[in-house]
Amino acid sequence: MVKLTIDGREALVPEGSTILEAAASLGIRIPTLCYLKDINEISACRICVVEVEGLERLVPSCTEKVAEGMVVSTNSHRAKTARETNLKLILSQHDGDCTTCVRNQNCQLQDLASECNIIDNPYPKDVKKNDWPENSYLIRKESKCIKCMRCVQVCDKIQTLKVWDVKGSGSRTTVGVRLNRLFTEADCALCGQCITHCPTGALSIRDDTAKVTAALEDPEITTVVQVAPAVRTAWAEYLGLTREEATVGRMAAALRALGFDYVFDTNFTADLTIMEEGSEFIERFTHRDQYNWPMFTSCCPGWVRFVKSQFPEYTTNLSTAKSPQAMFGAVAKSYFAEKIGVDPHKMRVISVMPCTAKKSECDIPNLKDACGDPDVDVVITTRELGRLLRAYHVNVPALQDEPFDSPLGSGTGAAVIFGATGGVMDAALRSAYYLVTGTNPPADAFTAVRGMKGWKEANFEVPGAGTVRVAVVSGLGNTRQLMESLKRGDAEYDFVEIMACPGGCSGGGGQPIHEGEELADTRGQILWNLDKNSVIRYSHENPDVIALYREYLEKPLGQKSHHLLHTDLTEWSVPMNPNLQEKA
Amino acid sequence: MSRLKIRTKSQAQELVDSMYAGMERRIAASPSGLCPIDITLSFLNLCHAQSCGKCTPCRIGLGQLSALLRQVLDGEADMAALDRIKATARNIADSADCAIGFNAATLVLNGLAGFEDDFREHILHHQCLASHRNSVPCITLCPAGVDVPGYISLIADGRPADAVKLIRKDNPLPTACAYICEHPCESRCRRSMVDDPINIRGLKKFAVEQAGRVPNPPCAESTGKKVAVIGGGPSGLSAAYYLQLMGHQAVIFEKRKQLGGMLRYGIPSYRFPREKLDAEIASILSTGIEAHTGIDIGKDVTIEQLTKDYDAVYIAIGAHTDRKAGLPGEDAGHVTSAVEMLRGIGDWQMPDFTGKKVVVIGGGNVAMDVNRSAVRLGAEKVTCVYRRRQADMTALPEEVEGALAEGVELLTMMAPVRIESDEEGNAVALWVKPQVSGAFDKGGRPSPVNSDLPEIRVPADLIVMAIGQGIESRHFEESGITVKRGNLLAGDDAHIGDEKVFAGGDCVTGPATAIRAIAAGKVAAANIDEFLGFRHEISTDVVLPAPKINSVVPRGRINLTEREASERKKDFDAIEHEMTCLQANLESSRCLHCDYFGFGNFRGGRETKW
Repeated sequence: MVKLTIDGREALVPEGSTILEAAASLGIRIPTLCYLKDINEISACRICVVEVEGLERLVPSCTEKVAEGMVVSTNSHRAKTARETNLKLILSQHDGDCTTCVRNQNCQLQDLASECNIIDNPYPKDVKKNDWPENSYLIRKESKCIKCMRCVQVCDKIQTLKVWDVKGSGSRTTVGVRLNRLFTEADCALCGQCITHCPTGALSIRDDTAKVTAALEDPEITTVVQVAPAVRTAWAEYLGLTREEATVGRMAAALRALGFDYVFDTNFTADLTIMEEGSEFIERFTHRDQYNWPMFTSCCPGWVRFVKSQFPEYTTNLSTAKSPQAMFGAVAKSYFAEKIGVDPHKMRVISVMPCTAKKSECDIPNLKDACGDPDVDVVITTRELGRLLRAYHVNVPALQDEPFDSPLGSGTGAAVIFGATGGVMDAALRSAYYLVTGTNPPADAFTAVRGMKGWKEANFEVPGAGTVRVAVVSGLGNTRQLMESLKRGDAEYDFVEIMACPGGCSGGGGQPIHEGEELADTRGQILWNLDKNSVIRYSHENPDVIALYREYLEKPLGQKSHHLLHTDLTEWSVPMNPNLQEKA
Repeated sequence: MSRLKIRTKSQAQELVDSMYAGMERRIAASPSGLCPIDITLSFLNLCHAQSCGKCTPCRIGLGQLSALLRQVLDGEADMAALDRIKATARNIADSADCAIGFNAATLVLNGLAGFEDDFREHILHHQCLASHRNSVPCITLCPAGVDVPGYISLIADGRPADAVKLIRKDNPLPTACAYICEHPCESRCRRSMVDDPINIRGLKKFAVEQAGRVPNPPCAESTGKKVAVIGGGPSGLSAAYYLQLMGHQAVIFEKRKQLGGMLRYGIPSYRFPREKLDAEIASILSTGIEAHTGIDIGKDVTIEQLTKDYDAVYIAIGAHTDRKAGLPGEDAGHVTSAVEMLRGIGDWQMPDFTGKKVVVIGGGNVAMDVNRSAVRLGAEKVTCVYRRRQADMTALPEEVEGALAEGVELLTMMAPVRIESDEEGNAVALWVKPQVSGAFDKGGRPSPVNSDLPEIRVPADLIVMAIGQGIESRHFEESGITVKRGNLLAGDDAHIGDEKVFAGGDCVTGPATAIRAIAAGKVAAANIDEFLGFRHEISTDVVLPAPKINSVVPRGRINLTEREASERKKDFDAIEHEMTCLQANLESSRCLHCDYFGFGNFRGGRETKW
């Protein structure tokens, strides 16, 4: 332990702690801006500088380690002046038009300026122009970038795609797409982790709320909304509701209040996905030599983009079952449209997703199987749902719980855990076991695949089928490690679940942003609890799914299922990893 | 009113003068990877500030040029701007009245020609081709990429043996480099912005002296592969060392009696004591390398045989033949070459020059080695003849100064014309023609041209030609290896055309430095390992201390001192003193640790393994 003095008070902290951490142990807040624990510890913004007795110059508290007897002032004239001056310098190059910024009231720079009492700025504005390709899902505004480098680090260290890079030198140093590519040429998974770690509005995902409004306002159009499992864990975070108040029923009521004609749940097609993907796995497992191994889940579009751009030779290992979002669109515009007698061309399927990559999934050219139109029309993120609810002035706290509509609104416990890492595998194993043995395994038989570890593996005995070797990975950096192990032959599995975002969809790039907090685990727990408290915990027991097969699809992997619920992932392409291009 | 006044500098002027000195050092320490247009613009603005303001092209033109360049950088220019920039600069170059104007314009014109791609990228795509990649100047500039700030922090921490281990990760010859490295690492040391570069070589020397015997890391499990290494100089030894660590059996074939290459047969013992060289070689061999000396490839064994018997071959034969000057009378007796003379000394066969007048032709480091060895061998007079100015010599300034202090006479601006011999055919004098400095050559050195003064006779009992070395490439060329301008042709991965044959060091680059040869050996080892189907990693278990904030108050660099010239010139013992602990502490505490501070903790230059 190291003893030091901060602002006249004594702190006792473990060796290797930073001054920032030592101050926090005393409840002393030192403002930070670029700092992101373990990811971006580069002391670049110089907001957190403090004065240390005996040192010639100020030091950044985020990286400077404590030393025995150190005497630190966090609010000395020098420290405070430097903090405020550096903040004003940053503000001089920041487009401070906060009122029309997507991150208004959720911006670390804005908070900091307010916290530090910055009410004027002697430095004239020198804001750079925005220059970004049109038709890009992800949008970068140079005018708002403060060069904290978090996006570069998140993409390098967590996701290993290295889409971003520092560009130029001197006063024009900025962040851009690595290798001077256009963003639209980059092998980006669109996971959105750079967006959720951006302290300002420099990075954002395309806003599609206007498309939703247009559909809602068009009397000719039947609007059908689906909500992904992980959305229910975070939808009200921007609305000031506690987690207890933010119930699933209240979310359904809120969507109905927005004016959607049918409020459905992606959980329904998560169950359907399990039926198809589980059956597909059994088909592959029992005809081993006809397939490439392992089989991968394909419900995460970030992962699908990743494998296609980084390890294209594994594309055929992906399950051909569509994602729950895509299955929902296909079923809504066929089975459901027929059922309610609506022309599917006059139906708009709108998804609310915790995900940024889902926006690109809905544009995949061959996902038009129901009626020729795109199966899903518009995807909005959890953040966009929050903005819509505010814009419509929905008094959410006053709403009572309401159920989803029927029949595409039902989901089992196995479906809701799709939003947490390990959930798809857990759900698939529950049903695969049943499909092979005819009896249900205990619903909590597969706990080894749960939890926040980045790379989990387990073996399960399925009587009559043998040992199934599974792995569950979240985060693309972990994914790359797994893929390289597979390539080298160091690892061997039968079935692998992969989610691009660390912790799975609950930590998705479309979820609400909270500075310095990683909420995937907290939100994931909500899903595991929903599963635990569900009456039905097996996808194959979802009565509406059973009815769908009985009335319409006949059977998993049947002809109709094949047409509506499966897709050829080799039919479209994404920009390739530049290193692979070089080799080719 | 006084009629005349003594000129004194104003306080402001004095300060500005010191700023110039500071900026000069700062510019020299510029990091690599800066935007060349941005730098041109900055220099242009400086030029503009220097303008007296009398003439239009300079006063206004430089400002307009600056504005145009700024538009390019800000992405506000179109391709037509390039023509405007060129026309404006040309006008200034043509019509300015003095160098302040026309030289500034030349800067821009050279830039337009030299980095056109950068201009285009800025104009067409509003982005920069440059990027600040290599943030740690010393690591970047070391050909072998040695972790300089890492080992300096270990020295400061009192862990010299760990410092040696860390150096060996990238360079298995730390002692050799401690004595004789030309230390390119120091040339852009960021500490120069404060005062002077860190004495990196001096600190390394302290570390190797303090460390004593440092064991090598264990070798990887044997792969059963055998690699022949032709040449036991720094490059061959380095390649063999790393190959051995990777689990391959390295077998060195050396033509001379002993290993070491130019470290033994080029560098005299007073610069690198033999016992130190022998200890370093013994340490390298202790990894299990097999070494055969006295084997002449091409005579005793052919390269074809080696490629048949071994899984891979690394050619690192160095540059050991002398070059002829083409002087009339050069074939006379008592005319020798630097290579030949130093080779004898390398095997400790010391000729006696007592009472002799020795004339050495050349101005490089090898010429200085010959001069200073001749002094030690008892020569009555040693004269170094060079056709350019002392400042143009390629030898390190400290080598020239050392030679001068030991009594070597420099005869500069003298071009050798012919050698005069006696009736027995032995040289008795060198005739030289006085020169004048002429126009700059491509390398930026003024070319000497004949002056109007008559030839001069320089009496000589021995003439030593130290005008460069060549490569004994014939056997290799006959075996089908491509030779270009006397050098073996190999790629930057040390690969030559034949897939199992690699080459590096002086025989590929032409005569260069030990550290470049070592780096080539390292590259060859990595790529041979890969070629053999492996991916062994070379790393170290040394854990670095936490980065320390050092004082930035300007302070003097600690230089190594030498034995008194009159004493040291009597023997071949080491001439340089080592740092004391106090000196090493002071010097290591000047390091700014660019590996951590600045760009370092974001995109640090540290590679923990390769």
